[in-house]
Amino acid sequence: MTDEKPDDLTQPDDGTFFEQSDRRLFLKQSLAVAGLTLSPLSFLKTAEPDADEAPFGNAEKVSFNLSINGKKHRLSTDPRTTLLDLLREQLGLTGTKKGCDFGQCGACTVHVDGQRVLACLSFAVMQNGRKITTIEGLAKGDRLHPMQEAFIKHDGFQCGYCTPGQLMSAVSCVREGRANSEADIQEYMSGNLCRCGAYPNIVKAILDVKTGGQNA
Amino acid sequence: MANAHLRPAEPEPSLNRVDGRLKVTGAATYSAEYPFDNLAHAVLITSTIAKGRIANINAKPAEAAPGVLAVISHKNTPGVPAYPPVKQPAERAPIGTAFRVFYDELIYFSGQPVAMVVAQTLEQAQHAASLVEIDYQTETHQTDFVANRSTAAIAVNVQRNKTSPFQDYDRGDPDALPSAEVKLEATYTIPTQHHQPLEPHAIIAVWEADDKLTVYDKNQGVKSAQGNLAQAFKLPREQVKVNAQFIGGAFGSGIRVWPHTVAAVLAAKQVKRPVKLVLGRELMFTSVGYRPFTVQKIAMGATKTGILTAITHEGTGQTSAYEEHLERTILATRAMYACLNVSTRYRLLNLDVNTPTWMRGPGDATGMFALESALDELAFALQLDPLELRLRNHADADPERNLPWSAKSLKECYRIGAEEFGWKNRKPEPRSMQADGLLVGYGMASSLYGFHRHPSKAKAVMQADGSVVIQSATMDIGPGTGTAMTQIAARILGVSPKKIRFDLGDSSLPDAPGQNGSATIPSVGSAVHDACKALKNKLLILGASMPGSILSSAWPDEIVIKNGRIYPNAESRSSVLYTDILKYHKLPQVEMTEESKSGPERDQYSMYSFGCHFVEVHVSPVTGEVRVKRVVTCADVGKIINYKTARSQSIGGVVGGIGMALMEESVMDHRYGRYVTSDFASYHIPVHADIPQIEVFFVDQPDVHVNPIGAKGLGEIAIVGVAAAVANAVFHATGKRVRELPITVDKLV
Repeated sequence: MTDEKPDDLTQPDDGTFFEQSDRRLFLKQSLAVAGLTLSPLSFLKTAEPDADEAPFGNAEKVSFNLSINGKKHRLSTDPRTTLLDLLREQLGLTGTKKGCDFGQCGACTVHVDGQRVLACLSFAVMQNGRKITTIEGLAKGDRLHPMQEAFIKHDGFQCGYCTPGQLMSAVSCVREGRANSEADIQEYMSGNLCRCGAYPNIVKAILDVKTGGQNA
Repeated sequence: MANAHLRPAEPEPSLNRVDGRLKVTGAATYSAEYPFDNLAHAVLITSTIAKGRIANINAKPAEAAPGVLAVISHKNTPGVPAYPPVKQPAERAPIGTAFRVFYDELIYFSGQPVAMVVAQTLEQAQHAASLVEIDYQTETHQTDFVANRSTAAIAVNVQRNKTSPFQDYDRGDPDALPSAEVKLEATYTIPTQHHQPLEPHAIIAVWEADDKLTVYDKNQGVKSAQGNLAQAFKLPREQVKVNAQFIGGAFGSGIRVWPHTVAAVLAAKQVKRPVKLVLGRELMFTSVGYRPFTVQKIAMGATKTGILTAITHEGTGQTSAYEEHLERTILATRAMYACLNVSTRYRLLNLDVNTPTWMRGPGDATGMFALESALDELAFALQLDPLELRLRNHADADPERNLPWSAKSLKECYRIGAEEFGWKNRKPEPRSMQADGLLVGYGMASSLYGFHRHPSKAKAVMQADGSVVIQSATMDIGPGTGTAMTQIAARILGVSPKKIRFDLGDSSLPDAPGQNGSATIPSVGSAVHDACKALKNKLLILGASMPGSILSSAWPDEIVIKNGRIYPNAESRSSVLYTDILKYHKLPQVEMTEESKSGPERDQYSMYSFGCHFVEVHVSPVTGEVRVKRVVTCADVGKIINYKTARSQSIGGVVGGIGMALMEESVMDHRYGRYVTSDFASYHIPVHADIPQIEVFFVDQPDVHVNPIGAKGLGEIAIVGVAAAVANAVFHATGKRVRELPITVDKLV
C-alpha cells in the first residue's frame, strides 16, 4: 500500500498515446492500485483531501498505462471503469462485446499479457502496464489470423456477437494445448456462450486450425 | 468427427457470409456501438414489487450525484405524445393496452421501468441509479400459473373476433374419442423460457431536431420500429430513422418496440443529447418478453393398428395483466396428421407479469412438444415403431383446410433422417440399449411450420463500373440475410458475388417486413429475385438497342451471363459487358425497384414446411444426467439458397431445442413475483460441452407454388419438434416419461 499520491495523478491527461513506457511509474501505480483493491477508503482519503465529505460516487480519475494491440496508451479514467467499458466506451474498440457484465458469457474475452481474461470482470486501472490484445488486434493488417479464416470457412457464427470472444478464447485454447480433441475443445471453450448455436462449427474451426499446424 | 454431408448433393459451393470478415475482426457495428460526441448514458430503474403503486420517488440524492443530467420518472417525464392524458389513479390498463413507460404510478409487474438516470458516463449513471429512493404501496399479486390456472379463460380479443383461429375448434365426430379402441391422455408443461440473445437489447436515441429522430436500436424490423416510434411521438414516418445493421441475435425478442426503447427516446429529448441505453442481463428477463409458461392436455384415440381416430388438444398460456399474447400452441395439431376428429381449445391466464412474446418457433415449438410426445406415448402403448406410427397417419392433404399442400416431402425427410441416423438399430423396449454403462435412447419427432410471405420491395442498381447494389429494409439477426440475397442476385444477374453489395437494416430503404416467422427468404428473397430480373431485362433491352449489338437477334431464354459478360447463347464466344451497355448509353447507373407479394395461390394451396429430428441421448442410470450424443435433422423448406448458412441455421435450431428440452427454465419466486433466474449462472443455455456434432439434411426441392424462388423459411422449423425428440429419446433410454420441461436430473432419479 501507499500513503503517497502517485505523481501522475496531478498531471493533466488528455488520453493521448505515448511511446515510452516508464517502468518506475508502472510500479508506483501498481502499488496505488493494490491499495485501492484492499482498502478503497484509505486510498480515496489519501488521493483526495476532502474525500470524507465526497459521496462514494464521486470517484476521481486515475491515470495509468496500457498497451493495446501494440499501441501504448496513457489513460485517465474513473476507477470504477471496467476494462470492457474502457475499451468500448472510451477507446472506441467496440469489437470486444458486453454480453452479461457478470463474467458468465465470455463475449468480452481479451488477452492480457497473452492470457485470456474476461474484460468485464477486470477494472481498467488494475491492468496498469499490461499488454492487452483485443479482436481488433488479432489480424496482421489485412491478413486475417488463421482462426478468423477458419471461423469464416466453417461458418462458426451467425449473429456474430459472441464471435470476438469465441475467437480470442479459441486462440488461447490452442495456445494452452487444450485443442487436441473435440471433447477437449468443447470443455475448454465452454466459458464462451453462443445463443445462435454455432458450437459444432466453432469446434470444427478450432480443430482445423490445430490440425493444420497453424500458429495460433 | 462426423461431417454434415448432404443429400441430395450440394449443387454449388456455398458463398461464405458476406459480412464474415466484419464479424471476425470486430468491425461489425451493433446498436450500442455508434460513436457520438456528447453521448449520455442511461440506466433504468425497475420496480421491485409485482403489483401496486409508486408511493414516492426521491430523486434528489441521485440528481445531486456527479455527472447526472436527469432522473426521469412519471413525475417529470416529457411525455409520450401518443399516450392518452393521465387517467384516474384507480383505473388499471384495460386488456390490450401496451405498457406505457413512465405514464403513471401503477405497477403491473416486477421489473417494470419506473425511473431512469441519465449521466455523463456509464459509471456515474450506474452509481446514481443506486441513490434513487422509491417507496411502493404493495398490492397482492398473482404470478403463479399453477395456483391460478382455474381462472384461465378465452382471450377477450378472441371472444370479439369470431374468425380468430383461437376460437374453440371441432371437426368430425365428438364421440370418436370415447369410443376409440386405444386411448391416451396426458398433460405437458413447458416453463417460461427466455430468448437471451448474447447481445443485450440496446439503443442510442438521437434527436436531430425537435421533429426529427434517429435511433440505433436492436430490433427485428426497422420499418415496424419506425412506424411505432413515429406513432408514439406523433411524427411523420420519414422524420424517424431506424438503423439496425447488425443484430446480435434476438429469436423474437426484437419483434416489438419495448418500453425501454421509448424511455431512451424520452431521455434523449429531456437532456437534448444522444442517449445510450443498454439493458443489463438481469433486465433482459423482464423487458423483452419470453416464451410463456404453457400447460397442454392432449387426448388421443387410435385403432389398434395405429390409425389416429381422435385428438383433443387444450392449451393454456400465460400473459400479462394488461395485454393478451396469443400463440399457435394448439394449431399444429389440426394440420399435422390425417385425423378426422380433432378438437382444440386455447385459453389465456392473466398474471401480474410482463407480456410474453414470440420466441423461435412460437406456439409450434410448444405445441409440437406436446403432440409429438403424445405420439411417442401412443406408439409405445401400441407397441409400434414411433416412425411407423407417423407414416401411418401421414396427411396427404391439409386435413384442416381441405386443400392440397403446395409441396410436402415429409416422407422423404423421414427416410433420409432414419437412414442417416440408423433408426433401424433402435431396439423397441425402453432401457434396452446401453453403452459404456450408460442408458442409450433413440427418439424422433416431426416438425412443421406455416409458410409466411409478406409484401416486400427491393431495389437493384447496376453501376457504371459493373458493381451491383441491392437494397431492402430487411434485417439480419443472424441467419445470413445479406449472404442469401447476394447469392440470389448473383445467380440472376450473372455477376460475381464479390461485385454485389446488399444493404439492409435501415428504415430509409425500400419496404420490407421484419425478420420473423421465417419469412425473410420467402418474402425479401422474392423481391430481390424480381428486382434483379427486371434490372437484367432492362439492361438487355438497352444492350440490344446498341448499333450492331450481338444481343439484338438473341433469344431472351438463350442468353447466358457470366461474370458480367452477356453471351447471346451458350455457344457464342462473343459477348457484351454490362459496363459496355452503361458506357454506350452514358448512364451512371441503371436501377429497378420491384415489389413482390403473394397472389391467389394462398387460397389454392396449404403452405407449410416439414421436417423431422432424430436424437440419441445417453443417460447416467446413477445420476440421471442426460447427454445428447447425436442429432440428425432433415427439413423440407423448398429450395435451399445457401447450404452453409442454412445448415448453420438448422444446427442453431437444434441447439435451441436441446436447451428447451434439458435446461432452460425461468424460475419465479412467487412470494415476490420476481425471477430468481436472472443471469446465465442460473438460467442455463447450452454451452459447447452440451452440444455434439449435428448432421443436417435438406430435401432441397423448390416449392413452385409459394414464390418465384421456390424457397420457404428455415428459422422456426429448425427448433420445432426438437424438445419432443429429446424427451422421446430420454423415455427410450430410461423408461421414464417426462412431461414437464426441462428434463433435469431430479425428474429422472
